Amino acid sequence: MSKEAIDHFSELYAKRTPVTGLSAFNESAISDFRRLGIPAVKHEEWKYTRVSSLFRKDLVFLPEATEVSAADIDSIRMPGHEEASELVFVNGVYRPGLSIMRHQAEEIVVLPLHEAAGSTANDAVGRQGGGRFGEFVSGNLGHSGRYHPDGVHALNSAFSGDGAFIVAKKGKIIQRPVYIYHVSDSRKGFIFSQPRLLVHVEAGAHLRMVETYRTLGGGESFTNEVFEVVAESDSVVDYYKIQDEGSGANHVGTTHIRQTGKCLTNAVTVTLSGAIVRNNLNMVMEAEHGESHMYGLYLLDGKTHVDNHTIVDNVVPNCYSNELYKGIMDGESTGVFNGKIFVRKDAQKTNAYQSNKNVLIGEKAAAYTKPQLEIFADDVKCSHGCTVGRLDDEALFYLRARGLGEKSARALLLHAFAVDILDNIKLEALRTHVDSLISERLEFEL
Amino acid sequence: MLKIHNLHARIDEKQILKGIDLEINPGEVHAIMGPNGSGKSTLASVLAGREQFEVTEGSVEFLGKDLLEMAPEERAREGMFLAFQYPVEIPGVSTTNFIKTAVNETRKHRGQEPLDAVAFLKLMKERMKLVEIDQSLLSRSLNEGFSGGEKKRNEIFQMAMLEPRLAILDETDSGLDIDALRIVANGVNQYRGKDNAFLIVTHYQRLLDYIVPDFVHVLYNGRIVRSGTRELALELEEKGYDFIKSEARPVAQD
Repeated sequence: MSKEAIDHFSELYAKRTPVTGLSAFNESAISDFRRLGIPAVKHEEWKYTRVSSLFRKDLVFLPEATEVSAADIDSIRMPGHEEASELVFVNGVYRPGLSIMRHQAEEIVVLPLHEAAGSTANDAVGRQGGGRFGEFVSGNLGHSGRYHPDGVHALNSAFSGDGAFIVAKKGKIIQRPVYIYHVSDSRKGFIFSQPRLLVHVEAGAHLRMVETYRTLGGGESFTNEVFEVVAESDSVVDYYKIQDEGSGANHVGTTHIRQTGKCLTNAVTVTLSGAIVRNNLNMVMEAEHGESHMYGLYLLDGKTHVDNHTIVDNVVPNCYSNELYKGIMDGESTGVFNGKIFVRKDAQKTNAYQSNKNVLIGEKAAAYTKPQLEIFADDVKCSHGCTVGRLDDEALFYLRARGLGEKSARALLLHAFAVDILDNIKLEALRTHVDSLISERLEFEL
Repeated sequence: MLKIHNLHARIDEKQILKGIDLEINPGEVHAIMGPNGSGKSTLASVLAGREQFEVTEGSVEFLGKDLLEMAPEERAREGMFLAFQYPVEIPGVSTTNFIKTAVNETRKHRGQEPLDAVAFLKLMKERMKLVEIDQSLLSRSLNEGFSGGEKKRNEIFQMAMLEPRLAILDETDSGLDIDALRIVANGVNQYRGKDNAFLIVTHYQRLLDYIVPDFVHVLYNGRIVRSGTRELALELEEKGYDFIKSEARPVAQD
């Protein structure tokens, strides 16, 4: 299949219109893709997650837009959107016409990635960024590739011109969040989308972003996304990824957050449904005294397979990172967690904490968890821990002995297990929404 | 109120209760004493419905109904309360919300309307005084990070909120210093009334200085080998459990 996929996408690549400012980048990516191919399960990073089956003959790769109406978009809008700028991607293509900007231009600039990449100091787009957009894009796009040398990532890069470029302006404390909607229009078949985002959070800016996904038509879809963030000094970045797309939706996504100055970055990833889902999340700590937090919740049933691969890369001394992922697996679902922490030779005084906790509910549910610490400095504090278990019988009995029915006692315990992840979602409307989704799933009422 | 007849129970293959007979009437306080491993806590667990134990013989009637047929939550709603020896810490569950849910489950079972927020708060404020428990404790997660004494006070507070007919106190005195013991006992004594009853499981006599029982039973090797009044507890305190063991041996061989 890998060979056929390579030929198929090489052909599509040859047919596309080259993108000014990205041609060298795209060119090198497609050759990486040809060389690397689709990772098989013998690839250590893809041991538990088989994606080769997703590159099927019948997948429809539609970088050109299909007909999606504003009403279609309504089905994806999440609470709190009235206060947010809403960026819409259809089949992986950023669609300014369907998007709604509720920010001032002096706070946030959003551009199609190819426009930003091709801009110069002398054109209208370029002048918004003082002529530096093109330079920034070429200097930063694809940084995540060095952490993910595989064909899936390279394939996204090869077609990256249809993405979006977001700039949070220097010193702006931006209250309103940016909601990013990824719509796959599966009414035309098994749709394959490749959204790409590059975000520049300038010095001192505060930016909150929410990503979510919807497959229209209830068919099959496969989203292969790369989301790269560059956070400069004294910035604060909150990133929330909410996945509840239904059992036909496959996903490979890389969120890559790079701290180039001392700053604070937080990520919360919540996965409630899907077919095969792989989330890569990287925090690259390149400036001293940087701080990052990574939280994840996966609440799975049916045959859903969710794989969270996280990386914290401590390049310099004195950084702090904290990570907590929790999973509840019902039915025949599978949860995979792989948490890498690199502490480079010079990164003394690193503090890095990691924890992964899993509760298995379904008889046939499974959890695979692997902490991976690679420490080359000698004066660091790192800890990791992982658990896989069933619900605590003694806690269950305690609640029942107070008059709670077995079902509601279970729901109460599972909700309590999950909810402390949600506490890290700082947007109240969003947190309440996600809480109601998980409460509904767990049939929890209090 | 509670009629236990010839109760036998085991865990895995180990027979622990070997024929318990006990009757408790409204208004009475019974103490069950006995050495470690005699089956005291097993009796409390079997009555509350802990599923690891299997009843192999005998019957238990509670307020005219077959207790052994009921799930743990039904027993609770019918008016049975177990104060745990080791109350469980449950992170993420607010103590107040949990108690409110429990109270309203019981009310629903009794055909009463659920308490609204105001009525619940009023009841809570009133019952908090019984065990000198602080509001800040109740806004925390259930038992999480509570000291031993706080956990036991929380148990008695829950008892006062749920208003059971029969409260079983399983080694409530264990791990308590003298002040906490006094507070807990005080809470129990205030709740004592002609319509409700207590079964107090304890290893030591000292709790019975504060909660004076009407009857004392000595459990040894899965059976009640002696029953008496409060004086029996004092005698045990003085002589230790060895005299019971030597006395019990011929009985056990029957």
